[in-house]
Formats: sequence, C-alpha cells, structure tokens
Amino acid sequence: MYAQMIKSTGEGVKSLEDMDPDERAFQERINAGGKIEPKDWMPDGYRKTLIRQIGQHAHSEIVGQLPEGNWITRAPTLERKAILLAKVQDEAGHGLYLYCAAETLGVSRDQLTRDLLSGKMKYSSIFNYPTLTWADMGAVGWLVDGAAIMNQVPLQRTSYGPYARAMVRICKEESFHQRQGYDIMMKMAQGTEAQRKMAQDALNRFWYPSLMMFGPSDAESVHSAQSMAWKIKVNTNDELRQKFVDQTVPQAHYLGLTVPDDDLKFNEETGHWDFSQPDWNEFFDVLKGNGPCNVERLEARNKAWDDGRWVREGLLAHAAKKKATHLAAE
Amino acid sequence: MTDPLFEYLCRMGDNTLVLSHRVSEWCGVAPVLEEDIALANTALDLIGQTQLWLGLAGEIEGKGRDADTLAFRRDVWDFRNVLLAEQPNGDFGQTMMRQYLFDAWHLLQLKALKGSSNAQISAIAEKAVKEVTYHVERSGDTVIGLGDGTEESHQRMQKALDRLWPYVGELFVSDAVDQALSAKGIAPEPTSLREEYDTAVNAVLAEATLTRPDSDFAHQGGKTGVRHTEHLGHMLTEMQWLQRAYPDATW
Repeated sequence: MYAQMIKSTGEGVKSLEDMDPDERAFQERINAGGKIEPKDWMPDGYRKTLIRQIGQHAHSEIVGQLPEGNWITRAPTLERKAILLAKVQDEAGHGLYLYCAAETLGVSRDQLTRDLLSGKMKYSSIFNYPTLTWADMGAVGWLVDGAAIMNQVPLQRTSYGPYARAMVRICKEESFHQRQGYDIMMKMAQGTEAQRKMAQDALNRFWYPSLMMFGPSDAESVHSAQSMAWKIKVNTNDELRQKFVDQTVPQAHYLGLTVPDDDLKFNEETGHWDFSQPDWNEFFDVLKGNGPCNVERLEARNKAWDDGRWVREGLLAHAAKKKATHLAAE
Repeated sequence: MTDPLFEYLCRMGDNTLVLSHRVSEWCGVAPVLEEDIALANTALDLIGQTQLWLGLAGEIEGKGRDADTLAFRRDVWDFRNVLLAEQPNGDFGQTMMRQYLFDAWHLLQLKALKGSSNAQISAIAEKAVKEVTYHVERSGDTVIGLGDGTEESHQRMQKALDRLWPYVGELFVSDAVDQALSAKGIAPEPTSLREEYDTAVNAVLAEATLTRPDSDFAHQGGKTGVRHTEHLGHMLTEMQWLQRAYPDATW
C-alpha cells in the first residue's frame, strides 16, 4: 500500500455498547471476519476514511509511473525495456482497479483526479524522490515495491470487499515487480566497478525514503486505532517497518552492499534487526510539498491532463454522435 | 551490396524498434489512464517483434551480433527504418495518426510475409500479425473518433495527417533489396500493397471526416539509410546512452 497518514474520524474507537444497532451489527460482522460490500450499510467515517486511503493508493500508482517512466527510454537492453514498460503498465492497471474500488464508495474517478491535481489529495512520499541512475530501477523494484508488498499482503484480508479483491490481484503483480528489481540489483552488484558503485549509491539514496513509506510511528494514533478496528489497516506502521528491515537487510548483504545505517545491528534477544529511524522532519517536508520532485511530479500530471483534454472531449463527442445515429436508426 | 536478407530484416526490426521507442515515450503522460495502458501494450508488442526481427538479422549476418548489439551499437546511417517511424510524437493526435498510417501498412506487409518462402520469417509474421491486427483496429478507431469528434480534435487530426502524409510513400518504394527478396518469394514487392492500403486508409479517413492530401510526394532515405531525419540521432542518443557509456557492462 502507498497510503500514509490517513486520517480517520479522529474520535477514537467506540465500544460495541455505545454503538447504535446498525453500527453494532456492522462492527460485529467485521469482528467475525465478514466482508462489507458496496451496497451494505456502513458508517460515514468508514466510507470517508476508505475513500481517502484507496484514493491515495490509486494516486500513488499513477504518480509512481513517473520516476520509472524516466528510465524507459534509456533502458539498456530490449528485454529490460520491455520488463520496465510492462511494470509501469501494471501500475496504471493498479490505479485503474483502485479507482474502480473507490468508485463503489460513491466518489468518481474524475473527482479523485481533480483532487490529486489540485494537491488536495496526496500520494506516497516515495515518488517525490528522483531516479538518477539505472540502478535506481533496481532499488525502486527491490525496496519500494518490497515495502509496498509488506503493507498490501495483509490488506488482502481487509474488511471492504472490493478493496480486498483489488489487493489480491495487485499483490501477485507486485511480487513479480520486486523480483525484477532485485534481479537488476544483482546484475549491477556483480557487474563492473561502475555498476557496483551505482548499486550502492541507489541503496544509499532509497533506504531511508523506503522506511518512511510506512509512515511515522502510529502506536498512539486514534486514527490508526479506528482504522484497525475497521480492519482497513491490519498492522501498525512500526510492525511493518520492522518486518521490512528484517527481510531486506540479509538481501542487501547477499548483494554485497552496505545498508547506510551505522547503528544497524542484529539483536539476539529480540531476533530482529535494530535500525535508525529516518529523518522524520524530511518526511514532513516532503508531505508538505518540499520533496525533491513534488513540483515536477504534479506539473507532469497536470500537463498530461490538460494536454489530453481535447482528446477526451473529442472521443466523448464522437461516442455521443454514434449513439445519436444509432438511436435515430432504431 | 550487403546481404539483401540481412538488410531486409534490419528494415523490419528497425521499424518496430524506432516506433516502439517513440510510443514508449508516452509512458505515464497519456490523456487518460486507459490510453496509457493501450500505448504501453503497443510498445511492448513492437519491442517483442524487434527482438525477433533483429535477432534473426544477427543470426543471418553471422558475425556474432545479437538483437541488442544491433539496437544499441549502430549509428544513424546503419538504421533502416522508414522516416515515418522516427517522426516525433507531437500531440496525441499526431502519435495516433502516425500509428495508424504505419499499422495499416504493417498489417498488409505481415499478412504477405506469412506466406514467405523463408520459414523463420513466416513464423515471426504469423505471431506479429495477431498483434498488429489489434493495433490497426485501435489506431483506426482513434483516428475516426478524434477526426469526427469536436471541431478542435478534427482540426488537430487533419493537421497531423497533412504533416505525416509525405512520409507514407516511402513504405511502398521498391529497391534492389525488395526485388531480390520478392524474386525468391521471401517478401512482397512493396508496390503490390499500395492499392489495398489506399482502400483501407481512404475508408478510415472518410469515416473520420478527414481529407487526404492531394499530393503523394514522398520523402525517402530511411529504409535505405541514406538520409534519415534529424530526429533519429537524438532518439539514439537517449536510447543507446548506457550501452555506449559503459561498453564493458552487461545489464
């Protein structure tokens, strides 16, 4: 998942006794592992929180095309170009299913798009970092998709049916993306001196931004507590971040690369890797619009949308003419 | 003269290589999400065809060059794609018009190649024809939809057609390479495809309410490699950069 800092009702979780009968039945169904479907009754807060979360995820897929699209025309072999292009195409597809899932909650894709383009809705902080060398295509697949999978796998069991089903499909494709990223890193790490240098540099630049993808610690957050009660969030940010570090550190070692954290150490007692937190001030700066690429990313999306206006209008006008001719013929 | 078969396979492979590259430049910035996906599909099919055509070219040449070496280590004068394929994307209308004008030819070419006396060529054409049948359907529909859409979309499509039409004629010019291959039943005479092309294109343009330019003047020099446009060099600069900057590396 690429959702960060999703606000819920902000009111804390109600006990079953304090709920009215509809809400109580809804919560009991979730507690029993049942799925909520679009036509079912749901609390307003559940609907709004999900729209924010799914919308942010969809936007992340769309904006996420840009940092990788940056290397498609410079991919070093025909096969690498095809794999990268297919991956970016999958991301557009993920955006599409997620917008569809959001639409089942009563918001249109056009409205969500307008909110992205105006800056009202956010996308994951990670896509505001630049991709500077070919090794970044490896690092993005390995680390960024790796972190996304950590979040998405549990969401296959999320309470909202259309979201859970979209996630099942997305997870299958994401694990392929992560493997292709790692494969690029292997080739680079075992390659020439320049390639090894590129690989290490990519890890250096993407390590902390990847840890930020999980969001700051939310152990005390009322928003997270509510989302967890509704099962639209399954684990805390810290749990997932730890799981990601535990999985990734041995992979980095296998590649012969150094994780850029002097305090990284395996803790025999806990069985986990101890690691340094990312610079959360940087994270909040990126969310506020001050990341290295925020301005370019939104400019690129706005330009694509504005340049495409005549195309969308033209195709709609043609479809309307066809329909009119069809009706006249009947 | 270079082996006509090698030359011909480079023409087929360079067409798909150069056009796939152009189409891939749209990644992430198409007018609507469905178009992002469809453009990527087209580019992916063309990259796959490139691997087959240039792979076979390298094999026929027998000097140890594979598809990647041919794609990433030749300079402009060795490229054999038609000038139409290297034309810049322009707006979405120009991109789709270029695609349609190419696809309509590509389909006829591949259909003819299915009957090639060369079994490897016939096998590649068999696979590619399925993909290109879909490409031409989609690009034709888009040309129709935008040509017969709004006033603005109509004007843009007419402008794209006027801009690109002088590059259509090269697809049908016959030279010594074509003659050598058609004599052996390996590939069709390019001129033999023109009539069917005109019929198909005229029908689409009519439905699109677009006017086919009066002049059939044809720029030439792409498929012979004698004189490409200035655009190709810039494309290769970007496409070949990593391979050129790190010649010892494998990727």
